[in-house]
Amino acid sequence: MKSENQQFSSDKKLPHIIYLWLGDKIFKVVTVVLGATIILITLGMAWVLFQEGSLAIYEFGFFEFLTERTWDPAVRLLFGAWPFLFGTLITSSVALIISFFPAVAVAIFSAEYAPKWLAEIIDNLIKLIAAIPSVVIGIWGIFILAPWLRDVVYTPITLWAENNYPDLLPLLGNPMGYGIATATIVLALMIVPYTTALAKDAIKAVPKDQREASYALGSTRWEVIRMAVLPYARGGIMAGAILSLGRAIGETMAVAMLIGNKNTLPFTVFGAGATMPSVIVNEFREAVESLHLSSLMAIGFILFLIALIVNLTAAYIQRRLSIGGGQVI
Amino acid sequence: MVGILCVSTVAVLLPLIIIIVHVFIEGFSALSYEFFTEELGSPSRAIQERPTGLVHTIIGTIVVDALALIIAVPIGIGAGIMLSEYPEHVLNPSLRIMNDTLNGMPAILKGLFVFVLIVKPMGTFSGLAGSVALSVVMLPIIARTTESALQSIPWTIREAGLALGLPRWMVVFSTVIPAAKTGLITGVLLAFARAVGEAAPLLFTSFGNNYLPNNWWGFIVDPTDTLPQRLYSLAISPYEQWHGMGWAAAIVLFGIVMITFMIARFLTRDKLQYKQ
Repeated sequence: MKSENQQFSSDKKLPHIIYLWLGDKIFKVVTVVLGATIILITLGMAWVLFQEGSLAIYEFGFFEFLTERTWDPAVRLLFGAWPFLFGTLITSSVALIISFFPAVAVAIFSAEYAPKWLAEIIDNLIKLIAAIPSVVIGIWGIFILAPWLRDVVYTPITLWAENNYPDLLPLLGNPMGYGIATATIVLALMIVPYTTALAKDAIKAVPKDQREASYALGSTRWEVIRMAVLPYARGGIMAGAILSLGRAIGETMAVAMLIGNKNTLPFTVFGAGATMPSVIVNEFREAVESLHLSSLMAIGFILFLIALIVNLTAAYIQRRLSIGGGQVI
Repeated sequence: MVGILCVSTVAVLLPLIIIIVHVFIEGFSALSYEFFTEELGSPSRAIQERPTGLVHTIIGTIVVDALALIIAVPIGIGAGIMLSEYPEHVLNPSLRIMNDTLNGMPAILKGLFVFVLIVKPMGTFSGLAGSVALSVVMLPIIARTTESALQSIPWTIREAGLALGLPRWMVVFSTVIPAAKTGLITGVLLAFARAVGEAAPLLFTSFGNNYLPNNWWGFIVDPTDTLPQRLYSLAISPYEQWHGMGWAAAIVLFGIVMITFMIARFLTRDKLQYKQ
């Protein structure tokens, strides 16, 4: 008892200032410095990418760099980002279009129709699939999906076009299996879990009153979903879709492994292509000319800008499109 | 309508299940004892069917990821504390925006950033640079989950502590963080699961290495092999034997991610039951 008292009083006397006043100051300063580190990293990333890419941007001009169709690191040292910008936009937007409705359907099914145990299985499966590293999906694509697509889908279509519509052939391109179409299909598979999870969150956030009011008016289950739940959740669903688009735009490894990596336009449906991340992966380690390196950094800077715009748009839609000012989360 | 929804659910989940099944079948058939005990060496070693493996890759992954966690956890949790415990701070709105921006950035840009920041001044690719790049991948996830974990603790608990005369930092360390412990650990695990599978930031930072380094320092200061980056190199290599090892690397990587993920799920489930 005595010793306890002694310890207590000595505790109270000795570090009083550190404990009460200085402790809080230090704590606040440390947390603010750690928080500011994240701000610095983000700003630093933008600055570093711009700084390193500025050589190419000044050499060619920003808009000329964006729209120039030639990428020639070997002979002329002429660099333009258009093939990669085009490749990125076409693969990721088509992937989103393919995957959007099935993903929302899964979200509706697991949130509204499925019994609890099934919904839990679907949920866990979706989350597990979202966690598969993209290189693992890439190796599956290289050795299983691409050969299968080539034999079962691309070659028959090409043969059919050859017999019936020979004009289509230049558009379809060489059905070797590694190309724009394969990369798009894999991207669609990869973003389905994100769209589904975010759409389900949005649907789950719809208040019970909405549903009950609709049921009270005599709606069927599907009418409740269509007229009460989906309009309320549409902001969250759209924001989720745009975030998934951002995922697809930034997806690197699986695309670099499957797209075939061809730096010249025109791209064909089955033929090889390239995206902004894939060209960085493929050429960065081998780039020797400083202009080449700088052009790759400039592509990184453009990718940064696109990702920034996509994320801000998603946040904006989330706020604006939801009924009632967007209570989604 | 239910029919259409059912069909599309099956249509979406089926290919994804097929991926998992394929990875398991091909991966387990490619795994061997040597895979965990030998280093990779040159391609001729695999072609002549001498024993090769990825022991240097597995150790390198552990070293690089552990170092990344050491860097990212304090910063991420600190930022999370700032967001949740000082909600009135001037920097908070911009921190939130910057954190989300960083989270949405393609991982490859984080690799380029760290390449300029660390690899260029050091003059060599290194495991340390790889760790820094991975920590940038982990940071925003940890900060986000820490914030929501701390915010789920009711303010009354903090007020109880303050009413007892505890200073704010003691309240945070002695009551808020212990109460939010599971949430914090889950966040770190999720960040780890995400970062361990990232190959893009490692290609320009830790680069890769076919051999074991001479000593342990080599994993940090020299080019170091990591599983996702090695898996990429093996998969695009022209050697049949290396493709098999790529599948083995895929199953090991997927296994790590899945186990981390399951622990995280288990922890959150525990918490939910406790709440009910």
